Amino acid sequence: MSETRYTEDHEWARPEDGTTVIVGITDYAQEQLGELVFIELPEVGSELAQGDEAAVIESVKAAAEVKSPISGTVLETNDALKDAPDTVNREPTGDGWLFRINASDPAELDGLMNEAAYMSYLATLE
Amino acid sequence: MTNNRPLQTPLHALHCELGAKMVPFAGFEMPLQYSSGIITEHRHTRAAAGLFDVSHMGQIRLTGTDAAAALETLLPADVIGLAPSRQRYSVFTNERGGIADDLMITNAGDHLLLVVNAATKFDDLALLEANIGHRCGIELLDDHALIALQGPLAAQVLELSVTDIAQLPFMHAAAVAIGDTTCWISRSGYTGEDGYEISLPATDAAAVAEQLLQNDAVAPVGLGARDSLRLEAGLCLYGHDIDTDTTPREAGIEFAISKMRRRGGVREGGFPGADVILNQDTVPSRRRVGIKPLGRAPVREGADLVDAEYRPVGKVTSGSYGPTVEHPIAMGYVYGASALQGTTLNAIVRDKYRAVAVSPLPFVPHRYYRGR
Repeated sequence: MSETRYTEDHEWARPEDGTTVIVGITDYAQEQLGELVFIELPEVGSELAQGDEAAVIESVKAAAEVKSPISGTVLETNDALKDAPDTVNREPTGDGWLFRINASDPAELDGLMNEAAYMSYLATLE
Repeated sequence: MTNNRPLQTPLHALHCELGAKMVPFAGFEMPLQYSSGIITEHRHTRAAAGLFDVSHMGQIRLTGTDAAAALETLLPADVIGLAPSRQRYSVFTNERGGIADDLMITNAGDHLLLVVNAATKFDDLALLEANIGHRCGIELLDDHALIALQGPLAAQVLELSVTDIAQLPFMHAAAVAIGDTTCWISRSGYTGEDGYEISLPATDAAAVAEQLLQNDAVAPVGLGARDSLRLEAGLCLYGHDIDTDTTPREAGIEFAISKMRRRGGVREGGFPGADVILNQDTVPSRRRVGIKPLGRAPVREGADLVDAEYRPVGKVTSGSYGPTVEHPIAMGYVYGASALQGTTLNAIVRDKYRAVAVSPLPFVPHRYYRGR
């Protein structure tokens, strides 16, 4: 239950200790959006249901919403992105993480894709 | 059944070879960006030279001795007085004084060359044929490509292929040969930078583009950076910043109306909506202004603007991030005293108020070559 999970909207969710889950967007998502110029992160302490709008990421040409892949309470946001949104372009699954959430129902992750399933899903998009 | 397939410009294969991300635009498949990305392409254009395929735009040739006088019945420019090899910007107007399209007119000696917007070219053709088709020849040059070379190094790059082209002043044009190809080259563009637009036969377009791209100063630039460049330069995008419900005065593009077509001029009026446009004496109730978001969040087309007391005062018509100013930028229409420069307003973005300042246009100074 510790492997990274993926949504059809190209978010990733990686379980950490206990019920903490770290969330970001995939390399495919950042590639589709292009160079990011602004990221609006959720408020720490806000309650999100699975599928709720959690963040907004904007490139030169468009704004896209990031949905929370899991229900819970936002614990921490990656505030370094405010001054360097392009970190998400360079390291979408590393330093470009968006927020940490305390999952209220970690079992929700079981309903998301594992890496192999996500790769197969990407192959259907081309 | 296959009529919905997008058209391809003569440079389509070259775009794909160069790694372009192709998107549908105005009926064509066009490069949004290449592998280096919009921001890099934008900055490269301001620092060196960018090559743009704008072959989707409409190029229309008007022929016959009556063509200039006939065209003047549809727009407020002095076309009769447009000297050979000179270019002028104008707008087709409608009966309400609104703008049906904006365009460039070049006196190419034995004909007039019009460059109109891609999305409106068939409407423009229909307008021309219905109103002046009996007075002049009208031909859509769909066998021609249009390539723009823009940026501070554009002149020295093109000079390597075309002798003396660096001396051509802004809004002048010349028929020249590049190799065996005869082109109409104008000193103009849509970036605020010095540069050229090259009209040439489709069959020769890829060879000329490749020749220009061989120069290290030149990089291919897609529609994404074309939009951010023109927005920084404060230039209107038809269908967004100007449309059939906007007058030239509201848009701040009175220069599209030649002096002799204005009230008291030698050929006053005589174009659609002249009674509305020439009688807009007082300051229009709304005006196009620059809008600078004070925070980092981009404010985009369609965002409502409210004043400090949250009363509606306008709307954003274009908004993005300006890679040269390194800040979000926008423009839009604002009513009354709220349109004064320096006024702080709020843009409504995703149900939040974002502070913006009414700002002068352009955001980046124009750098046109006006001759020595």
